[in-house]
Amino acid sequence: MAETVPLVRARGIGKEFAAVDVLRDVDLDLFPGEIHALLGENGAGKSTFAKILAGVHRPSTGTLELNGKPVEVTSPIVAQKLGITLIHQEPISFPDLSVAENLVLGRADERWFSRVPWAEMTGEARRLMDLLGVKIDVTRQMRGLSIADQQMVEIARALASDSRLIIMDEPTAPLTPKEVETLFGIARRLRDEGRTIIFISHRLEEVRALCDRVTIFRDGNKIATDTIGNLTDADIIRLMIGRPLKEYMHKTRSQIGEAALRVEGLTLPGVFNDVSFTVRKGEIVGLGGLVGAGRTDVARAIFGVAPAASGTVEVDGKRVTIADPSQAIALGLAFVPEDRAVAGIFRTLSVEQNISAAVPDQIAPSGFIRRSVEKLLAEDAVRKLSIRLASLRQPIGELSGGNQQKAILARWLLTNPSVLILDEPTRGIDIGVKAEFYDMIGELAASGRAILLISSELPELLALCDRILVMSEGRQTADIPRSAATQEAIMHAAVPQVRGVAA
Amino acid sequence: MSTLETPAPTSGHDAAPARPRWQVVLVRPETMTLILLILGIFAGGLLSPFFLDISYILRSFTLYSEFAMVALVLTMVIIAGEIDLSPAANMALSACIFAWLQQAGVPIPAAVAVGLASGLAMGALNAFMVIGLQLPSIIVTIGTLTLYRGLAQVIAGDKSIRVPEWFIGIDKIMVAGIPLPVVLFVVVALVLGIVLGGTIFGRQIYQVGTSEVAARHAGIRAARIKLVLFLLVGLVAATAGIMTASRLGSVRYDLGLGGELQMVLMAMLGGTYIFGGRGTILGTFLAAWLLVIVSTGMIVANVLPAVQLVVLGALLIVSIIATNFIYSRTQR
Amino acid sequence: MNALRSILLRREAGIAVMIVLFCLAVGAFKPQFLTLDQLRIILLLTPLIMIAAMGQMMVIVARHVDLSIGSILGFSAMVSGMLYRFDIDWFGFDVPWWTGIPLSIAVGAVLGLINGLLIQLFRLPAIIVTLGTLSLYRGMTFIISNAKQIDRQWIPSELKGLSQTSPILGIPWIIFIAFGVALLAYVFLNHTRVGRQIYAIGSNPTAAPLRGIKVTQVTLLVFTISGALAGLAGILYASRWGFVNPSNTGSGFEFQVIAAVVIGGVSINGGVGTVLGTVLGVLLLGCVAAALPLLGIPGTSQAAIYGAVILIALVIDRTVRRQGIVGLRRVRA
Repeated sequence: MAETVPLVRARGIGKEFAAVDVLRDVDLDLFPGEIHALLGENGAGKSTFAKILAGVHRPSTGTLELNGKPVEVTSPIVAQKLGITLIHQEPISFPDLSVAENLVLGRADERWFSRVPWAEMTGEARRLMDLLGVKIDVTRQMRGLSIADQQMVEIARALASDSRLIIMDEPTAPLTPKEVETLFGIARRLRDEGRTIIFISHRLEEVRALCDRVTIFRDGNKIATDTIGNLTDADIIRLMIGRPLKEYMHKTRSQIGEAALRVEGLTLPGVFNDVSFTVRKGEIVGLGGLVGAGRTDVARAIFGVAPAASGTVEVDGKRVTIADPSQAIALGLAFVPEDRAVAGIFRTLSVEQNISAAVPDQIAPSGFIRRSVEKLLAEDAVRKLSIRLASLRQPIGELSGGNQQKAILARWLLTNPSVLILDEPTRGIDIGVKAEFYDMIGELAASGRAILLISSELPELLALCDRILVMSEGRQTADIPRSAATQEAIMHAAVPQVRGVAA
Repeated sequence: MSTLETPAPTSGHDAAPARPRWQVVLVRPETMTLILLILGIFAGGLLSPFFLDISYILRSFTLYSEFAMVALVLTMVIIAGEIDLSPAANMALSACIFAWLQQAGVPIPAAVAVGLASGLAMGALNAFMVIGLQLPSIIVTIGTLTLYRGLAQVIAGDKSIRVPEWFIGIDKIMVAGIPLPVVLFVVVALVLGIVLGGTIFGRQIYQVGTSEVAARHAGIRAARIKLVLFLLVGLVAATAGIMTASRLGSVRYDLGLGGELQMVLMAMLGGTYIFGGRGTILGTFLAAWLLVIVSTGMIVANVLPAVQLVVLGALLIVSIIATNFIYSRTQR
Repeated sequence: MNALRSILLRREAGIAVMIVLFCLAVGAFKPQFLTLDQLRIILLLTPLIMIAAMGQMMVIVARHVDLSIGSILGFSAMVSGMLYRFDIDWFGFDVPWWTGIPLSIAVGAVLGLINGLLIQLFRLPAIIVTLGTLSLYRGMTFIISNAKQIDRQWIPSELKGLSQTSPILGIPWIIFIAFGVALLAYVFLNHTRVGRQIYAIGSNPTAAPLRGIKVTQVTLLVFTISGALAGLAGILYASRWGFVNPSNTGSGFEFQVIAAVVIGGVSINGGVGTVLGTVLGVLLLGCVAAALPLLGIPGTSQAAIYGAVILIALVIDRTVRRQGIVGLRRVRA
């Protein structure tokens, strides 16, 4: 490939967010007619790099060349004009407009009052859909289209604007195997036409089946780029993780006691079905599965955020009905939600207030807030969890993600919960702080609490959990004891059917 | 050696430095309100010696005390992330119900009670639409504003209903030389100030307004808090309506017409953040006085009522621009 | 069969059915309600609302709201009224009768543009800004007019004729103008790029700029159109009623218009709404307004009915779009 001019030549690309380096000095060449995988753990920098190519972020350092000419991708619109399209995992769309309109909207700079050529527009949209071999009525509204179909519309949009570089950010996570196959078929066809495709995924088997070359990221650095055939799975995992997995293991094996949380036949039609499991005192139970498998919904149902339609929940052997989070808290449950920025923190309020939010009775037994008590509680939590901050009174939004998450954990520890539900607790957190979290989770279990850990990171589940439940499409598909747990076993249960990915 | 392998590149940036204390205290919208208030008194003093007469100011304040009282509660509603544009119409309807009942021979205390209860019911309807049906409060209260004012018109027609002589003149009652409506306003401000600033209920209002989703996840009953606030607005608006009836001596359907503008204006001038989560009772308290000074100043200076409309409208827009600006500066 | 089903399932069909049922119900008590003459009365009640509703609809589709249109109507009507009243003093000659039409539209457009600028440049909520300008523009109306009404004799008779004389079938010009505006709005919203962009902005405001839509400019255009149409409604007010009063003209008008738009199925969550639905919403309000005197219900209850109608329409909007509720619940929870 050395003789061809690369489509994209990236040199020294770096990105800083709020004084934190998330990407450092990345050099990468992408050639026409290749499918190039970007691999790495969450937060390794692969998505940031892709977003820089697509104009979503602007690089802090470095240069980009397209076909040998230097370019500045200042916005997604510029990217589009340069022939670069980013397909988000959950595509952005205009739900009230038709599929055909979504395809052409903002494509070129037609004048404001120029006519909308409805007939040509739908005609072209149909042609593109036929080209992709998908059956979507292009005159229907975007609202209600499945995510797979929405991705197809995005791909069609990339074709309509004749994109030469198409970036797919974890496109397969929400798809069924059949849909994945269709997607791969299309991707290969696009490659054969000479287009370049960047494929971001953490599923090795998919990368192997589809991609020509891989680039591996870790902690914001590019670690390696190579032809896929030259690397074994073990090589790739070693490059992604950098350290042997053992280091993550929690050492204190705790004594497992009686059942703290028992769920029986929990069902919310259309979301999850007949979910049953038990978490015992001192036990860490993992809940694995693909994005959209219904794991978060189960947690939200148990905690009363969006209660289930049927099924029973027992806490400490007593059958309970939880219709609101306040009831769950009273029963000794705690829930660290997945979406910290929205459901976790009060961004503009002080760290102190954030920590004390779930224990009104402790800080204000008579209804009036006792500031000295609140301050003591918060100071104590900050010391115990070594939360790094400038002042207890500063808005929590000024803290780093890891420290925000520690504050949320501190909030729940104040309630002295017997059952902790942690939903992706280490997402978007620095690798160093992650290790601290793993230690803390281990300690919490050792102190006799029952822990339900939802995570998409397989190494995390494997390292921490005593047992791993797996969900797929709203159903519980496996209950794997620690001794039998492997990445393959979990993935096998997480994927709806045996995934026949043709090489 | 292996321990040195992973230097934490971000450890120096775990948290931005805290702002200096003087900035926290001084750079806030209430400070702006206070400064404007002092400037207003100065300017007024130059304009007319009346302004240095405290009893004149107090008498002027009675004209605005009803709106000001409601504005205090409205401030809490806005901090909780909602809005209520219907209290002025609520004032008119509860006053009309009260006046119509007493004219029909119902004893005054009973008529007052029914008036207050109807105010509460109006608050409950708002709450049902906003909390129960999850409709946006902006559009709901535009609807109920039309409905309440319309019902007042149905009850009173185009005529005014008189209230008995002895019931007239709440503004003439003096408590230690201060008109009763002003005293009531100050008392309500004190109580609500303590509730908002010192109790867990007040704290949770801020939390709900900052992020309702996060509040729910922390076990805070956002719906219950909003319900209490909408009911409170309804009750206080009805009280204000009946106070207005006593001050004016008669009730028409257009009582307090356009009052929603003044109430929202007081809250905004006092630095309440229109998107919720920020604001204080102190701010609205100061803003009420500022508004009285400005309005009275315009009357003293013989400014046409029309110009006052222009000034109020412009003040509203300027005050949200300024408040948003200050908050965007102090929030990173 | 499927085509019929999809027509029946549309929101507009529901409003049309409501209109028919309402008219039949009233007609059952008062047969004279079902006459052509009555239709003329209904149509005459609606043109001002219909014109302004087209603008308000675009504003709401773009996820905003404009409370100031009543004051814009009043102000622009007053400017034109004063032109007619003082043209000899100012210019020394009588201006042609039609000059008020472009003038009112232009004045309204400028006021609408001011709303849009405040909202877009300072990132302020439309509701508060237009609540402010509602008061501001009304105050300005008093100031420029010195609080004096423009009386009947100053309004050119040709202008008044627009509401009385008819080109065809005894239907006055003003109704043709209103339906003409609706037709233009239809073409604009459905067949121009920017029209579709308004829906896109309301449908997903955060995604719109990512697709190269100039949100600021489009929003400014929307508010300008809303203002211009309120201005047109202003001059037609002078035509219809033959006077311009600084305090009454256009006062409370915004609530009638919002009621009509919301009944017409325009979603307050943005992105949804059709011209046909809005026209039907206006006609339904017109039917209600026309039925009141026949049924012996005093005119003073009109405002209450508008209020109730807004609330009912909101509840219907909620239940019709149940999909939307579930979606929202999940986001909010």
